[in-house]
Amino acid sequence: MELLVPEIGLVILQTIAFLLLMFLLAKFAWKPVLAAIKERELSIDEALNKAELAKQEMTRLTAQNEELMKEARNERDLILKEAKALKDSIVHEAKTQAHTEGVKLIEKAKIEIENQKKAALAELKNQVSTLSLDIAERVLRGQLEDKSKQQDLVANLLKDVELN
Amino acid sequence: MDCSHVFEFKVNRLIVVFALFLAFFSVTHAALAQADTLHTPASSSHEEPQKKKFDIGKFALHHIGDSHSWHVIGDTYISLPIILYTSNGFVTFSSADFHHDDEAKILVEKKGLTFVKLHEKIYYGSPKPNAHGQFIDLDEKHHASNARPLDISFTKNVCTLFLSIVIILAVFLNVANGYKVRKGKSPKGLQSWMEPIILFVRDDIAKPNLGHKYERFMPYLLTVFFFIWFNNMLGLVPFLPGGANLTGNIAVTLVLAVSTFCLTVFNGNKYYWKHIFMPDVPWWMYIVMVPVELFGIFTKPIALMIRLFANITAGHILVLSLICLVFVFNSLYIAPISVAFAVFIGAIELLVAFIQAFIFTILSALFIGMAIEEHH
Repeated sequence: MELLVPEIGLVILQTIAFLLLMFLLAKFAWKPVLAAIKERELSIDEALNKAELAKQEMTRLTAQNEELMKEARNERDLILKEAKALKDSIVHEAKTQAHTEGVKLIEKAKIEIENQKKAALAELKNQVSTLSLDIAERVLRGQLEDKSKQQDLVANLLKDVELN
Repeated sequence: MDCSHVFEFKVNRLIVVFALFLAFFSVTHAALAQADTLHTPASSSHEEPQKKKFDIGKFALHHIGDSHSWHVIGDTYISLPIILYTSNGFVTFSSADFHHDDEAKILVEKKGLTFVKLHEKIYYGSPKPNAHGQFIDLDEKHHASNARPLDISFTKNVCTLFLSIVIILAVFLNVANGYKVRKGKSPKGLQSWMEPIILFVRDDIAKPNLGHKYERFMPYLLTVFFFIWFNNMLGLVPFLPGGANLTGNIAVTLVLAVSTFCLTVFNGNKYYWKHIFMPDVPWWMYIVMVPVELFGIFTKPIALMIRLFANITAGHILVLSLICLVFVFNSLYIAPISVAFAVFIGAIELLVAFIQAFIFTILSALFIGMAIEEHH
C-alpha cells in the first residue's frame, strides 16, 4: 500500500518541474515546430495545387497544339489538293496545247508533203514529157531513116486509126 | 499522418510470440517446480539453517520505490542531497550522513532536530531507541508513528525527473532549431525522428478528439506525451542514468492526472456543465445522475493516474521478478531462462512505454474534448 501513497515532496517538485518543462517546450519548441510544420504543409499544398494547375494548363496547351496541328494538316491537305488540281489543269492544258500544236504541225507537214508531192509530180511529168519527146524524136528519126519502116509505121498508125 | 497501422502491425506474429512465451512459461514452471521438489529434501537438511530466504517482493518493492541515494554498482552509491522543510525551517544535508542506514538506527542531528531514515522515508527521530535499536516508534503493524518533515529532497526520482527534463529540452530545442535552420525544407536527423511522432500526436490524438480547437491544447498534449514516453524509456535502462521508476510513481502520475483534470474543469463549457448538473433525464433521476456525473469528473483522472502507475510499476516488477528467479532458485542454470524472459518482457515494455504514453495522451485529449465539445 505504501506505493499508492504519493510523497508530497515529489508531488511539489514534479508539479514545478512539469510546469516549467511545459512552459519552456511550449515557448521554444512546440510553437516554432508546429508553426513550421503547418507552414510547410501549406506550402506543400500550394505547390501541389500549382502543379495541378500547371498540369491543366499543359493539357489545355496540348489540346490547343493538337487543334493547331489539325488545322495545319487540313490546310496542308487543302494546299496539296489545290496544287494537284492546278498541276492537273496545267498538264491538261499543256496536253491540249501540245495536241493542237501537233495537229497543226501535222497539218502543215501534210500540206508541205502535198506540195512537195505536187512539185515532184510536176517535175516528173516534165521529165516524162521531155523523155517521151526525146524518145519519140529518136524513134522517129530511127524510123524515118529507113523507108520501109516509115511505111510500116504509117501503116500501123493507119491501122490504129481504122480500129478507132 | 495515419498511424493506425501501428496497432494492426503484424498482430498475428505477436500473437504467435505471446503464445510461445506462455507455453514456455507453463512448461518451465512445471519443470522448475519439479526440480525444486527434487532438490529441496536433499539440500534443505544441510544448508537451510544458515541460508536466509530471498524475499523477492521486498527486493522488487525496494527497487521500484524512491531512494535517497543512487546505486551505481556493487557497494558504490551516489549520495543525494536531502532537503527538508521542518518546524525550524529548511534543513539540508547529504544522505551520506545516514551511512546507508535504512532502518532508523542512525540519528542525524541538524538545527536542533533529529532525523532518521526508515524505508527511504525521513522521520523525526525518537529520543530513545526501541528494542531493535531503532530511534523510531513502531506500532504493532510495524508502521512508524513518528511525525515527518516535508521532504523535498532530490531523491533518485527527482534527479531522474531533472535529467529527463534536460534530455527532453535538449532533444526538442534541437528539433525546433532544425525547423529554423532548414526552414520549409524536409526534416533531417533528430528532426525527422521526432516529426512523425509530433504529427502522430497532432493528427491521431489531438485533432480527432479536440476538433478545430486542438491547437490550444497541443503544448500540453505534446509535453505530456513526450514526458511520459521519455521517462518510461529511461526507466527501462537498468544502469545509472536510468532505472528510476518515475512514471511508475504515483506522485508523478498524480500530478499529470491533475493537470488533465484542471484542463478539463477549467475549459469545460456550459454544455459540459449542463450535462453534469442538468442532464436530459426526468428531474427525479437527478438524485442518481448528478452524483454519478460528479463522481465521473474525478474517476476519469484517477483512472489515468492509476493506469500509468500500475502499468509501469507492473513492468518493472515483472522484469525484476524474472531476474530474481536466479536467486529464488539459487541456481545459475536458471539464468538463461530468466534472462531470456526478461529480454522478452523488456521488448514488450518498450512497446508498453509508447502505448502508455499514447493512452494517457489520447484519454487526456478525449476528456478535454468532451469538456469543450459544442452541441448544436
